[in-house]
Amino acid sequence: MSLVALRGVAKRYATGTLALEGVSLDIARGDFVALLGPSGCGKSTLLRLLAGLADPTAGSLSWQGTARPEIGFVFQEPTLMPWATALRNVALPLELAGLRRRDAEARAADWMARVGLAGFERSYPRALSGGMRMRVSIARALVTRPPLLLMDEPFAALDEITRFRLNDDLLRLWEAERFTAVFVTHSVFESVFLARRILVMAPRPGRIVAALDITAPSPRDGAFRTSGEYAAQCRTVSQALADAMAEAA
Amino acid sequence: MTWLRLLAPAVVALLFLACWEAAVRLYAIPPYILPGPVLIAQTLVRDWGTLSGSLLVTLQITLMALAAAAGLGLLLAILFAQSRILALSLFPFAVILQVTPIVAIAPLIIIWANDVTLSLLICAWIVAFFPILSNTTLGLNSADPNLVDLFRLYRASRWQTLWRLRLPSALPYFLAGLRISGGLSLIGAIVAEFVAGTGGSASGLAWRIMESGYQLQIPRMFAALALISATGIAIFMALTLLSHLLLRHWHESATGGH
Repeated sequence: MSLVALRGVAKRYATGTLALEGVSLDIARGDFVALLGPSGCGKSTLLRLLAGLADPTAGSLSWQGTARPEIGFVFQEPTLMPWATALRNVALPLELAGLRRRDAEARAADWMARVGLAGFERSYPRALSGGMRMRVSIARALVTRPPLLLMDEPFAALDEITRFRLNDDLLRLWEAERFTAVFVTHSVFESVFLARRILVMAPRPGRIVAALDITAPSPRDGAFRTSGEYAAQCRTVSQALADAMAEAA
Repeated sequence: MTWLRLLAPAVVALLFLACWEAAVRLYAIPPYILPGPVLIAQTLVRDWGTLSGSLLVTLQITLMALAAAAGLGLLLAILFAQSRILALSLFPFAVILQVTPIVAIAPLIIIWANDVTLSLLICAWIVAFFPILSNTTLGLNSADPNLVDLFRLYRASRWQTLWRLRLPSALPYFLAGLRISGGLSLIGAIVAEFVAGTGGSASGLAWRIMESGYQLQIPRMFAALALISATGIAIFMALTLLSHLLLRHWHESATGGH
């Protein structure tokens, strides 16, 4: 059963650039989908369309139950309010929804603990490392327990060690919560590690050129990252990406 | 580093004053041309009765004008941020008000207001309010676009977006504007009083300077001048401290310095 179905979706910006063309896809409830492709292939645009931050110029998005569900969004940057403590940042979506500050902060503190940031509630974003800021951002996105989590290259700016740990933690949260996840990345290795399904995209105009299912054990952990199976899957996806690029060029 | 920042300018000031005093004594410059710092200090103490009264008058007008500039500047900036039409139609007039020399319109204001304190206040306000208006308008519009998207995503109301996102984003800009306006409101108050040229018991430091000039009481002129400078420095330091206290947790301007 699909959470959302896109049919012939296109997006042309006011500048005339055709960012997306003829995108049709179904995202299954509870799935972990990676959008993989080089810069400028419309991955982020597709994510913004899903979030309702932009409207398609052609085609349609139909949501199961007709209305767009509540959405959590993680940007490339942590995108925190620098004037607010980590706890207040996480509590923001709840407070915007009208929850009383005390209740919102209690639930936010819970989520801070779940992303491994217990004890940093009163810290300001400035005082946190890049990885910790990204954890705050993830806690904020999940604090309303949204059915759909959208992530736009959230770990691209982090070092590899931190990125691996955040990948592990993200999968652990996904196993526990079973939200539907759409994860934009330009890393083959990251997409194979995280996703159950990879949609390979190509630029000019942005479109989906291949869909690959990643059959791998669940839960995935550090051992999976060094397995021959992982290497084989990465090879397959890399080949699909190379084919897509050759075709586009 | 902190004490060096205070000590270095203090040493320069002391050296300067010492050279000044030495030059005045060495060349026997008469006090009606250039009084030495010692004589100026003595005059300041001797005439403290009248000078402190004038200082209070000037300070009152300056602070009231600054408060009005901050309040109205902020309010107008919020209105501008809410409505583009309003901003486009009113901003040019704020610019006109800003570029017209205050000395040129002060006589008109004095005639219209028909009250000295009120007209001085209006003049000082006109000089002071523009930096706050333009800075705060800029600040309200410079919120992180991703955060703006986030607020949209959570269907935040206009009021929530203003209160929780735009106003905090504008705070550093507003405070920078306030620091500029603090000095300008003092200048506005002094210039307006020069133009008004009113004497009497309830007159400010500008009048004391003019009065001393007419009477060739140059040491007193310098004493009044020193008080004006000291007031300007005090206002600037107070606003810098306020800015530091409000921004120390999160803004580069307050946290990067040390």
